[in-house]
This record gives sequence, C-alpha cells and structure tokens, in this order.
Amino acid sequence: MTDRALAVVRAGALTTVQDRGRPGHAHLGVPRSGALDGPAADLVNRLTGNPPGAAVLETTLDGCTMRPRSDVTVAVAGAPCPVTVDGRPAAWGAPVRVPAGALLDIGPAVSGVRAYVGVSGGIAVEPVLGSRSTDLLSGLGPAPLTDGTVLPLGRPTGPHARVDVAPQPAPPAELVLRVTLGPRDGWFTPEAVRAFLSRAYRVSAASNRIGLRTEGPALERARPGELPSEGMVLGAVQVPPDGRPVVFLADHPTTGGYPVIAVVRAADLPAAAQALPGTPVRFVAVHRR
Amino acid sequence: MKVLPVGEDALLVEVSSGEEAQALHAELLRRRAEGSLSAREIVPAARTVLLDGLDAPARVSAELTAAEIPPAPPRARAVIEIPVRYDGPDLADVAAHWGMPEREVARIHAETEFRVAFCGFAPGFGYLTGLPPRYDVPRRATPRTAVPAGSVALAGSYTGVYPRSSPGGWQLIGTTDAVLWDHARVPAALLSPGTRVRFVPEARS
Repeated sequence: MTDRALAVVRAGALTTVQDRGRPGHAHLGVPRSGALDGPAADLVNRLTGNPPGAAVLETTLDGCTMRPRSDVTVAVAGAPCPVTVDGRPAAWGAPVRVPAGALLDIGPAVSGVRAYVGVSGGIAVEPVLGSRSTDLLSGLGPAPLTDGTVLPLGRPTGPHARVDVAPQPAPPAELVLRVTLGPRDGWFTPEAVRAFLSRAYRVSAASNRIGLRTEGPALERARPGELPSEGMVLGAVQVPPDGRPVVFLADHPTTGGYPVIAVVRAADLPAAAQALPGTPVRFVAVHRR
Repeated sequence: MKVLPVGEDALLVEVSSGEEAQALHAELLRRRAEGSLSAREIVPAARTVLLDGLDAPARVSAELTAAEIPPAPPRARAVIEIPVRYDGPDLADVAAHWGMPEREVARIHAETEFRVAFCGFAPGFGYLTGLPPRYDVPRRATPRTAVPAGSVALAGSYTGVYPRSSPGGWQLIGTTDAVLWDHARVPAALLSPGTRVRFVPEARS
C-alpha cells in the first residue's frame, strides 16, 4: 500500500491548510475561516481532479517545498510563482505530475501574496466542525505548517483536468473595493464618509488572514464611545479608534464593538487577499442589487 | 425594532435591550426551524441579532419590520451547572466595587441564575447575563497578557468563563475545571446562546 502523504521540507513564512471554512457556527464565536482567495483554491482542486472544497495549501509570499510519498498530481494557482520538480521548471496554473519522493518547490510569489497548492486526493487532516481550515484567530484546525510536518492525503476521486494553463486574474496593481455603506456609517461625520469613498488608501503591512489593514486618512467619528458588541460579517469595514479602515477577511472575529462603516462585496475579497502591502486601495460605493 | 442592511445578504436587527435581543433570537431560531426563514448564521449580541447568508434580505427586512416579537419562551432548557472555586486574583477588587466582603460576592454570584446572552471573543466564550446592574464592574485598567483557561470573570454586566488561555481584561473572581470548549465533543461548546447557567461552589478540600 502506498503511503499517501506529503512531507513538508520548507514550510515557508506562513503556509496553512484551507478549504471552504466552517460557516454556520458564528453564534458560538467560531470564525468562518477558509481560503482567502476562494476562486484560486477552487481552481487548483478542479485542475487536480478533486471535488470542490477539498483542502489545499495556502502559502504566503515565499511558497513552500514538499516531498510527496506517493505519485500525485499537483496544481499551483493564485499568486504567480515559479514551480519546480527536482529542480526542473514545471507549469504554474496547470496539473503537474510529481513522482513519489520528488522534491516539489513552490517559489516566492512574483506578484500577489498567496499561492494555492492543490494535491490529488486533497489534504486529509482531521476536520474540526466540518472543516480542515487553519483558523489563525481562534486556533481551530491544524497548526500552520512547520518544516518536517507530514500531511496525510486523501484518495484521488477523479481524473485531473485536461488543460494546459487555466486563465486567472492578475493580482491587482490597484485594489478597487466596491462597498455598500452601513450599518454604522451614521457613526462618522459626513466629511469622513466622503473621505472614505474618495481618498486613496494603501494596504498596510500589518494585514493578515483576519483583516486587510489600511493606511490613509483617519476617519473622524460623529459620536464617541463603543457600540455594544454586535455580529460581524465577512467584508465588514471596521474602523478602530485610530480611524484607519480594516476589511474583515476569513478569520475575522464573529462579534465586535467598533463601528462598521461599510461592507465590501464578497466578489472583491479574493483580490484583497492578493494585494501586497503598499498597494493603493479605493473604496467605491455601489447600490444594493 | 430597527432593521439595518449589512452588505448584500445580511441584516442587523437592533432592539432596545438585552432581553429583547434574546426574545428576537429565540423567535428567529423558531422561524428557521419551521422553514419560514433561511439564514446561514443567526448571531445574537448585546442589543442586536445579525442574520447572515439570507436568500432574500429585502423580503426578510420587510417581514421583520412588521413583526410582533413574542417574549422569550418559558425557560424549558435544563440548567448547566459549572463548578467553581471563588479564588480569583481580582475577587478583592470586585468586593471593593460591590462594597461587601469577598464571601458575599461569592454568595451572590452563586445564587444568581445566568443566561448566555451571546457568544464571541473565542469559540465557546459566552457572555452571561443575570446580575443586576448595580453589580456592573469595569474592565481591568491593564489587561493581562495571559488569563488562564477556566477563569471565571466579570466585566460590565457580564460574567464569562475563559475557554482557553488568552489575553483578557476581565476581573477574575474564580476558577472552574469545566471544559467550555472541546471540538471533539458534540456539542463542542458547553454554552450556547440561551443556555441557563448556575455556578456551584466546590466544597473546600
């Protein structure tokens, strides 16, 4: 019997296991979690013949290196990056056959932040509340990978896709985030709401899986104090006391007391996951459909 | 009752008290169970209930604006008993705030029936209400970097139990060996919104 597992040789800056997360438990204080760039995670599953929602690896900036213990098909997408097998260049954004014992290296991102690595059979760590995702806020799910971690793989369920290179959006040079105002835009001065929707922000280096932090004009409050804690949604733009908007990403807290000035459309969040620190950000108001 | 749209598919329903929020939460759970409400998440909080993942937010908003919310249903659920030792490092400070000896703080706390108003902060952390407003206490001026798991604590009008070691600014009045969160257990959370809770002092050994 082959040993279906993946040995981690170089874990990289932050590599986690991600699937579609664990929605439905927010009332217990459990964040949603899951891949930040969902379309990229879906793509690598499709390319490797996995069902949608199989667990993949999410790397941060500098990739990772692995040695599968059995023959596998892998695919890398999301942030563009060099891929090699035993030192020989291999395709990015397409299925790649990796023989047992070969060294698969996912190099540093050429642009963007997070690369996704799909492996035929999926990463088969034990699910927690129906998900294999690492949740960095609450600590649920597997710990971030470390050198030497051995990840179990599931059984492949389907043939890999027959494509050469799948088209993908390029990581953004400017991040345009469409928002609907509220629910707490009334907590800010009209000037602050105008500034939020017209001034230039930049992605802060303090961004992580919990939130995309920004640098830019501080938003002045029309009323002081804190709200009683209230439920928070994915994409909520929370404004802490320093006045700089924070866009909540997958590992966001389920409740919070800072006012939410607006909510980013879900379709714009994958691009936010790929925006490097320093990327210009614009918030653009749209009407609810 | 005020219904605020949140993004594309969520609503924040705001009411004027914690009791109303609990009644609204119970009513929304009832509607979801009978199939007249489709929501991925129903998240109660201090004065609000968030409905997320709605198929038809505009219709739900109109229905709720017109709705009469019945008071919270009679307390049919069993009481969860949490064994406690009133030995927390902030017990003396809380006694000073309450203007009574420490043993009186322990007696009053143990004689109160609590209810989980909502959860948040960490998986399995419940915000328990039940103490009258005159026993509200402020948070610690300087939060601790590590509050031990099982700490029974007060802040504002709430009592909470830390499910795992984490930073925190609540006033620690006691300790429990109860396991608040175990993801291998069903259900993982000992406390969920609406749960009734009593703290039962352990006999001194």
